[in-house]
Amino acid sequence: MTAPSAARTALVTVASVVVALLICALVFVFAGQSPAEVYGTMLRGTLGDPTGLAEVGRRTIPLLLIGTGLALAFRAQFFNIGAEGQLLLGAVFAAGTALFLPVPGALLIPAVFVAGFVGGGLWALVAAALRRVNVNEILSTLMLNYIAVALVTYLIAGPWKGKDVRGYIYTDNFPQGAWLPTFSGTQVHWPTLLLGVALALGLQWLLTRSTFGYALRVVGENPGAAHYAGLSSTRVATLVALLTGGLAGLAGAGEVAGIHHRLLEASQISLGYGFTAVIVAWLARGNPALCLITAPLMGVILAGGDLLKIDLNLPFRVVDIFSGVILLCLIASEVFVRHRVQWGRA
Amino acid sequence: MKGLAALRPAPVKGWTVNQTQSSAGPPALRLSGITKRFPGVVANDAVDLTVHAGEVLALLGENGAGKSTLISILYGLYQPDEGAVELAGQPVRIGSPAQARRLGIGLVPQHPLLVSRHTVAENLALGRVGGLFPARRVAGQVRELSARYGLEVNPEARVSDLSPGEKQRVEIVRALLGGARVLILDEPTSVLTPQEAEGLFRVMRELKADGRSLIFISHKLDEVLAVADRVTVLRRGKVVGGVPTRGATRESLAELMVGRSVDFTRKRAGGPGAEAGALLSVRDLSAQGARGLPALRGVSFELRRGEVLGVAGIAGNGQSELVEVLAGLHAATGSVTLDSQALTGDAAARFRSGVAHIPEDRIHSGTVPSMTVAENLALRDFERPPLARGLARDLTATDERARREVEAYGVATPGIHTPTRLLSGGNIQKLILARELAGQPKLILAVHPTYGLDIGATDQVHRVLLDRTGDGAGVLLVSEDLDELLSLSDRVAVMVGGSLLGPFPVAEVTRESLGLLMGGAHPHSIPGADQGPTQNGVMA
Amino acid sequence: MDSIVIEALVRALAVGTPLLLACLGAILNERAGVVNLGVEGMMAVGALAAFAVASKSPDASLWAAVGAAMLAGAALSLLHAFATVTLRANQFVSGLALALIGTGAAGLLGKKFEGLPLFNKVPDWTLGGFTISPFTVAALILAGLLAFWLTATRGGLTLRSVGENPAAADVLGVNVGLTRVLAVLGGGALAGLAGAFLSLSYRSSWADNMTNGLGWIAVALVIFVGWRPLRAIAGALFFGFLYYLQFRLQGNSNVPTEVFSAMPFILVLVVLALAGVRGQAGDAPAALGRAYVRGER
Repeated sequence: MTAPSAARTALVTVASVVVALLICALVFVFAGQSPAEVYGTMLRGTLGDPTGLAEVGRRTIPLLLIGTGLALAFRAQFFNIGAEGQLLLGAVFAAGTALFLPVPGALLIPAVFVAGFVGGGLWALVAAALRRVNVNEILSTLMLNYIAVALVTYLIAGPWKGKDVRGYIYTDNFPQGAWLPTFSGTQVHWPTLLLGVALALGLQWLLTRSTFGYALRVVGENPGAAHYAGLSSTRVATLVALLTGGLAGLAGAGEVAGIHHRLLEASQISLGYGFTAVIVAWLARGNPALCLITAPLMGVILAGGDLLKIDLNLPFRVVDIFSGVILLCLIASEVFVRHRVQWGRA
Repeated sequence: MKGLAALRPAPVKGWTVNQTQSSAGPPALRLSGITKRFPGVVANDAVDLTVHAGEVLALLGENGAGKSTLISILYGLYQPDEGAVELAGQPVRIGSPAQARRLGIGLVPQHPLLVSRHTVAENLALGRVGGLFPARRVAGQVRELSARYGLEVNPEARVSDLSPGEKQRVEIVRALLGGARVLILDEPTSVLTPQEAEGLFRVMRELKADGRSLIFISHKLDEVLAVADRVTVLRRGKVVGGVPTRGATRESLAELMVGRSVDFTRKRAGGPGAEAGALLSVRDLSAQGARGLPALRGVSFELRRGEVLGVAGIAGNGQSELVEVLAGLHAATGSVTLDSQALTGDAAARFRSGVAHIPEDRIHSGTVPSMTVAENLALRDFERPPLARGLARDLTATDERARREVEAYGVATPGIHTPTRLLSGGNIQKLILARELAGQPKLILAVHPTYGLDIGATDQVHRVLLDRTGDGAGVLLVSEDLDELLSLSDRVAVMVGGSLLGPFPVAEVTRESLGLLMGGAHPHSIPGADQGPTQNGVMA
Repeated sequence: MDSIVIEALVRALAVGTPLLLACLGAILNERAGVVNLGVEGMMAVGALAAFAVASKSPDASLWAAVGAAMLAGAALSLLHAFATVTLRANQFVSGLALALIGTGAAGLLGKKFEGLPLFNKVPDWTLGGFTISPFTVAALILAGLLAFWLTATRGGLTLRSVGENPAAADVLGVNVGLTRVLAVLGGGALAGLAGAFLSLSYRSSWADNMTNGLGWIAVALVIFVGWRPLRAIAGALFFGFLYYLQFRLQGNSNVPTEVFSAMPFILVLVVLALAGVRGQAGDAPAALGRAYVRGER
């Protein structure tokens, strides 16, 4: 008779992930692969050994950052599907800062992060601005993804093409001062990870305890009431776009400064983090803090997808199937979470 | 082929126009012992009802008396738990609206259910005419029916361009196209001016003369007396009386309907006189409506301290826009002063300057249904102390205040952390009142504040509003219920076509004179309303 | 001179064909009130299904290949219909999931077809000295048929009513759920057909990601053409011309190729913004994107 309990929501969420994994198993059977072999390969190579765990950790970082921002965006009914593009713009800004700006050594890493945030945020702001003339942000952010890919390609093949590289297209390496430290022997760039954990907790506070979070929820859950109370939906959408895009930009900065140390082809910078993070946010049901659990989960699937590519010679796109099926099962399961009961009469 | 057959005029042979004769045969429709239970309530309790051919039966009852349930059963939307339905002496089971239509039962719903973007003919062809060019093929039939019963309907018109009265006529034509012999009209006059209602009654008399049976649902006593042959009165799900209208009076019907002798006295003792001074002063307000048409045309008036100013009007004549402009939700030209200060800014700023707003749509704009009672109570001042410190909300203070308000206004809720979507309409309205009146507002904008509420909740809302006028607050009360306006207001204004007529002192207007003004009559031609705006308005 | 113009037109039509077919499909389901963002995925599985059937042997039936493509698109869209119509899930998110599943499944199942030759591509027709694909002709005819069907038939009236005011249709005995499911399936089949054009006629091969955003552009095109099938021809021609220009100018100018590859997507944003400024969003079917629940208005 009351709102759906947290326990029930959690149960339905877990059940829908299980159902999704079963459906994916069917797809593998259809493709002539043994599901046991596929899942076995994924689990053994990720959770089964330290190297695998590090791979999961490395992929968790961008998923956590982007997912946290998307959780907030979805609560405000700002359907940002363009985190992929925002990540790339963050990477571009970060690379530009690291390669070309005369920033003193100690400030270089913070400057790289700030630049990444600004790049991703600005890219999302384009969508927020277009929304003011009634352009659906799902479509605009998707289009911006393709444009971002073209921009990266243009830069690394043209004006930013490295002086020392022959036959490949990428930039020169960043100066050492712009390289993020990692846990030894891994590619887990811990400053970004730390940032992600802090932001997940910070945004959870923002959502539930701050006046901005309250306004965001009113705008997202009943725009009519927001209008009535004089809360500006435009202002909320703009700030949310800046935040969610900025966080994706931070993820982009982390990838280039922490792993690749240069700007390279879009498909190598991101393994579809922007799309996978949609699942991270949806699994967390719009709670940034819960992304601390759901991001590593999807990290396992991304790292597992890599193993399927290497060990079983499957295309990396397998990951899209996981993402799509989980997402579909999640939204379909909402029927079991909703209650429509009237309490009391008059 | 089947579609073509359905287009033929309804067969009425065997249905004689002479009423005494037809009463002798089986009635056109007989309900016996209809009972329908919902969890916790018996909506219809052993209801018996008969309608003869060539007869208008009025079904009278208050909100919640069980009229809607009974209609839903007749139209196949609900199945009765007990009881039987007979059509022309034959027992029938009505499983769906489609089946009801096949059996010759037509419904003219209270709110026309039409596709706005389509033409009248397209709407009427839907679900009926097959093959190519369905709309073109139905148009001729529509014209024929229009001519026969005096129903002015242009089949080529777009529904979005029609007035409420015209949309209603489309629904009547639809029922007749379907061959309805029993026609149910669900509160058909609620969207009409008294003059448009008179036009509807003429159509009803034509249909009656043609031998059809009409069931007319209403809670307006004068209309029932004007158009019906018999009245069946429902109270708390039971039939409490059935009388011929000949010999019945408003008072006798009202007593049957509410179960006690009702006197039409005012709830309000005496309001402030002209010496009270202006609280709100509105000059030459003009605004554009949704489709770029003028919604307000040079509206000017004054609202005095401690006064209840009623605003009457048919929906869509600018009342909503007037309130929205005053609340800061709609742009306008002209000047508005509250307490001699210019009233400007957005909705939040105006609330802080003392403008409370009880909105028309309490679910979609008054509250956030998914948020809790405590959160909804904080909607107006979550950003300010004591509910916030800097950028952080103070949840303890928010909860404490919520508990106080829930207690003070008697909001029935399992707890302050319950989402408001689980609350009933009356309790949501109490919550909105609690929130809006918390800051001791100077001006209270109340739009249909008791729409859909039961008698208890209505009384409480009225009492709270009147209480505030004692402290010098002014109330702008917009309502479609003339009885509510007349019983609460000190002065009443009428909005028609974006202009404001009046305000007139309440002693000088009647339901009838207001009705004429709402229909666009000139104020000077109406007795009791001859004091134009120049004497009572701001121009004085 | 004239022949250059006609040549450009014919080429633009060819590139615009998948856009037109997919756009017509999206118009079909959107006029019934269901948004399906999964066009990219349905196109991908359609392209793969057609290629898988046609590449089996040199004498495989092309009709069977086209049928398989439409069936595959419809089958994928059935997921969307079930989630959004039966379970009333969010249409936008479900469509996104569909796009991911479709492109992912096509990538996984199509790996073994990558680089294979197609023995019998759909033969082009020669009309007045210009070659034109039968798919293009079919798409143009379908646009006319859809326009006629929507405005002038009982079925079209029913479908439009369900997209505008499902409650009104429901009370008149129209099966809202079934109408919407059929519209979604039709939209899926047309998206699949668009995919078949890519793998059987236009490229005559299978490659991962061969749809390359065309599905998303088709979805945006629906808004740009105001949900009208005949205007979709002009819209598809416009974007087709853009792609044609891209091929012609690549390498022939100093403008980097990336600018050209980004051009269609930039233009989508521009035309959507223009449509928004002109208030064209008001042309959308009134119940678009909203699940129908009896008794809720």
